[in-house]
Amino acid sequence: MKLKELESCLQQVDAFEEPKILLEQYPTSPHIAACMLYTIQTTFEDIEGRLVADLGCGCGVLSIGAAMLDAGLCVGFDIDDDALDIFRRNAEEFEISNVDLVQCDLCALDPDAYAEKFDTVIMNPPFGTKHNQGMDMKFLKAALTMAKTAVYSLHKTATREHIQKKANDWGVKMEVIAELRYDLPASYKFHKKKTVDIQVDFLRFSKP
Amino acid sequence: MKLLTHNMLTSHVKGVMKGYPLLIKATEVKVNEVEFNPQFVSRMIPKLEWNALVQAAEELGHRQDLPGELVSDYEKDEEFLKKVHRALLEVEVIEGCLQCPESGREFPISRGIPNMLLNEDEV
Repeated sequence: MKLKELESCLQQVDAFEEPKILLEQYPTSPHIAACMLYTIQTTFEDIEGRLVADLGCGCGVLSIGAAMLDAGLCVGFDIDDDALDIFRRNAEEFEISNVDLVQCDLCALDPDAYAEKFDTVIMNPPFGTKHNQGMDMKFLKAALTMAKTAVYSLHKTATREHIQKKANDWGVKMEVIAELRYDLPASYKFHKKKTVDIQVDFLRFSKP
Repeated sequence: MKLLTHNMLTSHVKGVMKGYPLLIKATEVKVNEVEFNPQFVSRMIPKLEWNALVQAAEELGHRQDLPGELVSDYEKDEEFLKKVHRALLEVEVIEGCLQCPESGREFPISRGIPNMLLNEDEV
C-alpha cells in the first residue's frame, strides 16, 4: 500500500465526537498517522506480521492504519468507553478483523503487565499538560514494558531532553525520527486561536 | 476479545498473587474470518501460554482437536497452524465476562471489549 493510499483511507476514520479535556483526547491527524505508520513499516519493518499494541488508542486511527499495513494483530488499549465505541464502529466499517480492544487504565497497570508480550508499541499519548502532568511518561514506561522490540511515540519537542534522560536511565535507545508540526484544531473552549501549531517529535525507542 | 488477547490478560486486583489465566464465561461467541499468516502464527506459538489457550478454546467449545501438549516441528505443519490461527484470531467472545481465578472478581465483556478497569479500592 502506498503512503497516499493509506492517508486517504485514514481520512475515513471517525474521530472523537466530544473530546474529553481530562483525557487529552486530541485526534491524530490522518496525515501524521499515515506518515508514522508508513515509516515504521518501510524503514524498520515493525508492523507487517507483528503483534502490535496501540496505547491510548482513542478512535483507532493508528490501529486501523497498522491493521491495513498487515499487522498480525493490533490491540488497542484505552480507558474511555466512548472512544472505544467509536473505534469498534470504525473497525466494523472498514471490515478490519486483525484488531482487538481492551479497556484499561494504562497509568494504573501492574509494573509487569504484558511484559514484552508485544513486538511493537505505537502510540500518540496524552502530552501530559494541564491536568495531566507526567501522563506522557507513564504511558512511555508502560509501552517500554510491553514491547519486545520497539516503541514509537509522539512527544512535545520541548520535552526532548527530559525524555532522553529518562531513556538513558531506563537503558533504552532513543532516536528522533522526525520533527513534526502538530496542527491542533481548537478542540476545547479554552483554546483561543482556531488552530495551534505545536512542535512534536516522532520518537523511536528500541531495546538493546 | 480474541483468544490471543485473552492469553495476555491477567487480573491485577489488589492482593491477588495468581490472576492467570482468566476464566471465560461467554454468552455470545462469534467466528470472524482473519487472513491466515503462517509466519505470524508460528512466531506467536512459543510466546503463548499453551495450556491457557487450549483451556480457553475448550471453554468456548472451539478447541477442535488442539493437543494438550504443544507438538514439535509445528512450523511446517500447515494444518496445525491453521487450527491455532482459528483459535487465536478468529474465535471472538462478544458478550460475557472474565473471572479472576483467585478472587472471583468478574470483568465484563461487552460488544467484544473486555473491561479490565479496577475500582479505587482494588488497586
